[in-house]
Amino acid sequence: MSTLILRTAVKYIIPGMFLFSLFLLFRGHNEPGGGFVGGLVAAAAIILYTLANGVEKAEKMLHVSPQKLIAAGLLVALLAGITGWIAGKEFMTGIWLDLPIPVMGKFGTPVLFDIGVYLLVTGMVVKVIFTLADTREEGNQ
Amino acid sequence: MTLFQILIPFLVAPFVPLIGKKREGRELGIILAFIPFLLFISFLFEFINLKPATITPEIYQWIPSIGVDLAFRSDGLSLLFGLIITGIGTAVFLFAGGYLGKGMETVKFYIYILIFMGAMLGIVFSDNLLLLFIFWELTSFSSFLLIGFKHKYLASRYAALQALLVTGIGGLSLLAGVILINSVTGTFSISAIISDPSMLRESSLLVPIIILILGGAFTKSAQVPFHFWLPNAMEAPTPVSAYLHSATMVKAGVFLVARLNPVFTGIGLWNDSLMIFGGATMVVGAFLALKQTDLKKILAYTTLSVLGTLIMLTGYGSEIALTTMIVYLTAHALYKGTLFLTAGAIDHSTGTRDVRILGGLLKKMPFTAYAGIVAAFSMAGIIPMVGFVGKELLYETAMSGEPALFFGVLFAGVIMVYSAIQAGIHPYFAPEKETPLSPHEGDFTLTAGTVTAATMGLILGILASNLLTGMVSLAVSPVAGKTVDVSLGLWHGFNIILLLSLGTIIAGYGLYTVREKLYLLPQVYGPLEYLMPSKLYDKALNLLMFTARGQTSFFQNGYLRNYIITIFATALLLVGGYFFYHLDLTELVIDPSMEMYEAIAGVVIIAGAIIATVAKSRLYAVMALGITGLGVALVFILYGAPDLALTQLSIETLSVILFVLAIYKLPKFLKLSNRNSKIRDLIIASTMGVFITFVILAVYVHEHSTELKNFFAAESLPGGKGRNIVNVILVDFRAIDTMGEIMVLGIAAIGIFGLVKLVRKGG
Amino acid sequence: MILFLALITGILTTVGIFLILRRSLVKVILGLAFLGHAANMLIFTIGRITKGKAAFVPEGSLSPFEPFADPLPQALILTAIVIGFGVQAFLIVLFKQNYKSLKSDDLDNMNTTDML
Repeated sequence: MSTLILRTAVKYIIPGMFLFSLFLLFRGHNEPGGGFVGGLVAAAAIILYTLANGVEKAEKMLHVSPQKLIAAGLLVALLAGITGWIAGKEFMTGIWLDLPIPVMGKFGTPVLFDIGVYLLVTGMVVKVIFTLADTREEGNQ
Repeated sequence: MTLFQILIPFLVAPFVPLIGKKREGRELGIILAFIPFLLFISFLFEFINLKPATITPEIYQWIPSIGVDLAFRSDGLSLLFGLIITGIGTAVFLFAGGYLGKGMETVKFYIYILIFMGAMLGIVFSDNLLLLFIFWELTSFSSFLLIGFKHKYLASRYAALQALLVTGIGGLSLLAGVILINSVTGTFSISAIISDPSMLRESSLLVPIIILILGGAFTKSAQVPFHFWLPNAMEAPTPVSAYLHSATMVKAGVFLVARLNPVFTGIGLWNDSLMIFGGATMVVGAFLALKQTDLKKILAYTTLSVLGTLIMLTGYGSEIALTTMIVYLTAHALYKGTLFLTAGAIDHSTGTRDVRILGGLLKKMPFTAYAGIVAAFSMAGIIPMVGFVGKELLYETAMSGEPALFFGVLFAGVIMVYSAIQAGIHPYFAPEKETPLSPHEGDFTLTAGTVTAATMGLILGILASNLLTGMVSLAVSPVAGKTVDVSLGLWHGFNIILLLSLGTIIAGYGLYTVREKLYLLPQVYGPLEYLMPSKLYDKALNLLMFTARGQTSFFQNGYLRNYIITIFATALLLVGGYFFYHLDLTELVIDPSMEMYEAIAGVVIIAGAIIATVAKSRLYAVMALGITGLGVALVFILYGAPDLALTQLSIETLSVILFVLAIYKLPKFLKLSNRNSKIRDLIIASTMGVFITFVILAVYVHEHSTELKNFFAAESLPGGKGRNIVNVILVDFRAIDTMGEIMVLGIAAIGIFGLVKLVRKGG
Repeated sequence: MILFLALITGILTTVGIFLILRRSLVKVILGLAFLGHAANMLIFTIGRITKGKAAFVPEGSLSPFEPFADPLPQALILTAIVIGFGVQAFLIVLFKQNYKSLKSDDLDNMNTTDML
């Protein structure tokens, strides 16, 4: 599957896909989108790279292992929940900062929670793809 | 304060392994013995300063919505039990370190026994029936671990399971009783129920309540016909037998009966059941003790007999009977705990517990001998021991009651003397014989506890008129439900009761002289064998296992198809049956109108579904699945769900990639099913399909509630600060659900990781 | 249009169940995916459907105007889709590893723990 054309095309498509995934993530609170879809698109970008260049290079490009993305996602989501606690309210109560931020509008714990979902979904899908596409260990058997 | 006292053992338990790393065996025992000892001191202070009139329950809220509070009550009865639990506990904790020696096993033992001690204290101090039940179950559970301590032996595991099942079923009975009490009185508080028992006593549920509560108490305290688990539980290490199965846990049933006695006393069913079952246990236990040659078995069967006596005395209900009960219970805890521990010390030093080959230990184990002899004197009821005071009272009570029970008491009394001689006199004075190990006295951890406990029995006897009287009067009033004047004394002059005492002692010694013949008594008599409760227990257990095995091999036969068919057939039968009776076909909303786009979506979905079914290669089937997914996404777009459509589209793309990566190298589908099974499956599947269609149509018959829809619509922007309501629900209103769902994803990833690792490792 | 959606859901259910009754593990996984679609459609349909209008609060307003689609079933289905994908991914990896060690796709070869 890894042809020169695909590899060259992927180089230009992937940054765009990443940007699009972040766009989906942050506008999700007001327009169609959100952490789930954003994470899936981000994962799709990495998959495209994997198909073109192989798992080994994809792992290098990603820098962090997908397990760490999953763990980070859960932690961020939990953090978003605990913030409510720290603020003296129920677990998972939304806490919003009162200053407007360009592009995404307002920032609050629900946005943080969505970021956690985004990270976890990306990590999970990438993990599966790396597992399935990994041909290295089969050679050893 | 009480909460803290009860929590201490639980709090220390997790740290035992840490302490055990630095200090092993007897040193660990010495350190940990401080816990029961300090608790003992604190209970002693409370007991000395106790003013019965000013007892107030100590309440912390726990689950207020169902009326479960951490409520505790330290009255005389609780404190007496608390003193026994921590006092005997100190001796046992000290003893076990030296007895079990070094190693991880000892650490494990102390964890279990600390949990047990905490749970036992919880039972006696609880002022809330559900709280009491929780601690009650916790003692069953820790007793299971302790009886099965030598878990490599089949007998240990069998005994542990038996004790757990018998007391566990009793526990369920108790729970049912507690819930019924709550349904009548509306409270779980023991203080409240005792202070106003009239509602309970006049309730129509009184009979089931009494039966259920007694079911719990009788199984725990090993009353006939549930007595069989206790002798089997002697598989446990000796310190456990001394602690759980004579001094404390088996008395939990007696405690429960005593605690609730003020509520139920005077009701025929209550008093009669206690007298009948207690009396029967007293006689059966004593009779079965006759032929025993194992020191621990002798002590176990006499414990049964005493437990029966205590229950029976509560059944008598008179002030003197209840006083007797408390005195007898205290005396028993002191002498039986001691005798169990001396039996353990003898076992430890000689390597045997068989009385037929024990003898001449007086000089070799002088401290153990002192403790054993003094305790045996108390057990036999010889002046000036506390056991003597108890026995005098017992005979006095029995003389005024039923003649049948009076003879039972005398019979048990004779055997008590006989067993006391065997367990506490014979090993020291009989001629010396060859034993597996050469006997020697253990260090102070093996003797200090027994010597102290035995001496306590002596002191309480001598000080019967002041110290014992003071203690007992505080403890008996809560059982009677009113203030009881107690005046005890060691010496009542020469009277008929003293004569009876003398008679039983002589008769007991007479039995001892013919013991060789008694050992040959058969265990069961002819046809009675089939009625033995332990045999019935085995049969019931076997039947249960047989049924479970049959059911498992029928339902779980290893063929996925059969499981699925069973599940769907059940669903069809239940819901389909409901439809058959309740669904009016004419009410169904049939609206066949359809627009162009809908028709396209429908065709795409159905085409994908059919191609997937008939496809000859995996790749076609996977692509067909993708087509159906696109069709579903189209439906989502048509009906106002752009978020769903987006997600569905991305997922569909990814899942096709996943499938292709996994299967593109595999050969074509093999033809595995024959025509007949295909037709059968098609019938099942299409029945379910039709059924689901009907479910949807039937749902439309009913009015739809828009309450939630309106709530989310109204609150999304003001409360959730978002315009995309679906997203606001996901990350704000129902974020905990989403949290759980992303956790599932994480777990799936961990599972995938594990699968790959596992196959790599295993090849 | 309700009849139409009900029929589609019924057909998806039929196909899903028919496939999970097959002996080939791949078909079972496909069948579960179809059943997943059926379940999502079921929830979507019985949560009442509204044509065209999604549940968004328009600019300059505090709440959406009727008629709009019920957002709650949509939120439920959204997570169900993703979870279904997670389960499916797990099953695919399970299938792959299983095929590696057994060299078989036949469920009837998998009802014993012994090596073949």
